[in-house]
Amino acid sequence: MSHRSRIPPSEITPEAVYRSRRAFLTGLAGAGIAATAPESLAQEVLTVNLVERPLQFKKNARFSTSEKSNSFAEITGYNNFYEFGTGKEDPAANAHRLRPKPWSVVIDGECQKPGRLALEDLLRPHPFEERIYRLRCVEAWSMVIPWIGFPLADLVKRFQPTSRAKYLEFTTLADPKQMPGQRYPVLDWPYVEGLRIDEAMNPLAILGVGLYGKLLPNQNGAPLRLVVPWKYGFKSIKSIVRIRFTEKMPSTSWALSAPREYGFFANVNPEVDHPRWSQKSERRIGSANFLARQPTLKFNGYADEVAGLYRGMNLARFF
Amino acid sequence: MNPDYLARRYAKPIVFVLCLLPAAWLALGILALQSGNVNSAAAVALGANPVEEIQDTLGIWGLRLLLVTLAVTPLRVIGGWPKLQLFRRMLGLFAFFYVAQHFLWYLFVDQAFNWAQLLADVVKRPYITAGFTAFLLLIPLAVTSTQRAMRRLGRRWQKLHRLVYPAAILGCVHFWWQVKADIREPLVYAAIAALLLGWRLLRSRQRRAAARKAQSDAGTRGQGRERYSGQDQEAARSRAPVQRLADQPPTQQ
Repeated sequence: MSHRSRIPPSEITPEAVYRSRRAFLTGLAGAGIAATAPESLAQEVLTVNLVERPLQFKKNARFSTSEKSNSFAEITGYNNFYEFGTGKEDPAANAHRLRPKPWSVVIDGECQKPGRLALEDLLRPHPFEERIYRLRCVEAWSMVIPWIGFPLADLVKRFQPTSRAKYLEFTTLADPKQMPGQRYPVLDWPYVEGLRIDEAMNPLAILGVGLYGKLLPNQNGAPLRLVVPWKYGFKSIKSIVRIRFTEKMPSTSWALSAPREYGFFANVNPEVDHPRWSQKSERRIGSANFLARQPTLKFNGYADEVAGLYRGMNLARFF
Repeated sequence: MNPDYLARRYAKPIVFVLCLLPAAWLALGILALQSGNVNSAAAVALGANPVEEIQDTLGIWGLRLLLVTLAVTPLRVIGGWPKLQLFRRMLGLFAFFYVAQHFLWYLFVDQAFNWAQLLADVVKRPYITAGFTAFLLLIPLAVTSTQRAMRRLGRRWQKLHRLVYPAAILGCVHFWWQVKADIREPLVYAAIAALLLGWRLLRSRQRRAAARKAQSDAGTRGQGRERYSGQDQEAARSRAPVQRLADQPPTQQ
């Protein structure tokens, strides 16, 4: 297996420089000037209203695929988000009931700085990036999505996990009034997902706040969701209200619902079939030939970045 | 006008066209997608994942029409609509048409002629085993659906066509086992199948009980089998050889 070299230090923008650019751009947006980024920045900047500040981001080419992104209509019209119904079109039809603002997130468990934060406060210190990722659903279809978000690792560091913190547990909102799918016990609500802390620290793991340069539509997990592109889509939990640092492996929703079919790790792996269907290939939504299948790549094509996390593990057993 | 003539002349073609509509709608969608006309209503109806939508639509119509076919006899008997019988074969053949297309779509499109994968699926994946078995069970029924085959097979035709019962059960199981977590919809289909098959079970029990009662009546009164008539007699003959022995006038009293 070939290993791409790590990011050379010269490529990393010093934080001070980055902050000054951001301050400059925020100033532009604040003054109501159309934010056409100076070309010298060599970074595309867009502004959209996000809570109390414009949604600005730089493109992260290093972690973005050059594959063609799916259309906004596909990404927002074909979703698995059982809180809004189990049909693929149900989330788009029902997600208008969700009120993503105001929103707060509880950070607790094994960390030095627990608390309940308003979403604005949670997001404020984190500069956003665009990452164009592949998304592989456990149902053997896939998309390419231009996410806006920030590294989960930055958030983990900020809340200072204790030495006992081995896992992160994420919880989705539970409110059947906003999420009519929760009126039926299809899953054991609220939806819970988790990561090992070293998985959470991997630079590919991000918390998403937007896509296609816009705030996340409700059906895509507004206002805050996880994006872990080397795992099946159900790991990327949506509409997060709680992040807990834990010592024990969290009990996650699908693993509880069907432990034979869904494991905690859920890494994309063409060599380990779902008990009821093959995972060797996938159908790319919106591909020119709608009949075509393409081979599924191990870790969804992100093996260079994440395979090391699982060295020595039997991935057929820890699926 | 003669209602029989009306049914044959008008109702049958109408039902025929109705049964064909879901397939025609899918075909329109596929044609639109192939010609790049992605914004036409039929193409939009296929959604973001047309292959799966087509697969699911063909399967669900196969199951629906199978259950509709099974509903013909209960409705005919309970509702007293003997004319319904005219539609049963057509409905059954349409059920087979959709189930077969569902299978062919899976084989040729979803698996793209991957025979090894197909075999592995049939053996390894219980929901596919169930669905595939249901499909196999329906094949001889479709083949023997002609008047000619009915005449040739005689009594055995009805016996053979009872295969539709396990096929319907397996169809429901196939649907149930392939959903991820939300079993509400398969539950509805299973409940309808249970109702339709339960009614038959109940009726055959009642008939048998009636036949037995008639026999014991005949036995105690020392009367002959002339008390039997029509269906009861036939039922007693075909289903209960032991009772036929009991038909003989008792030797000791």
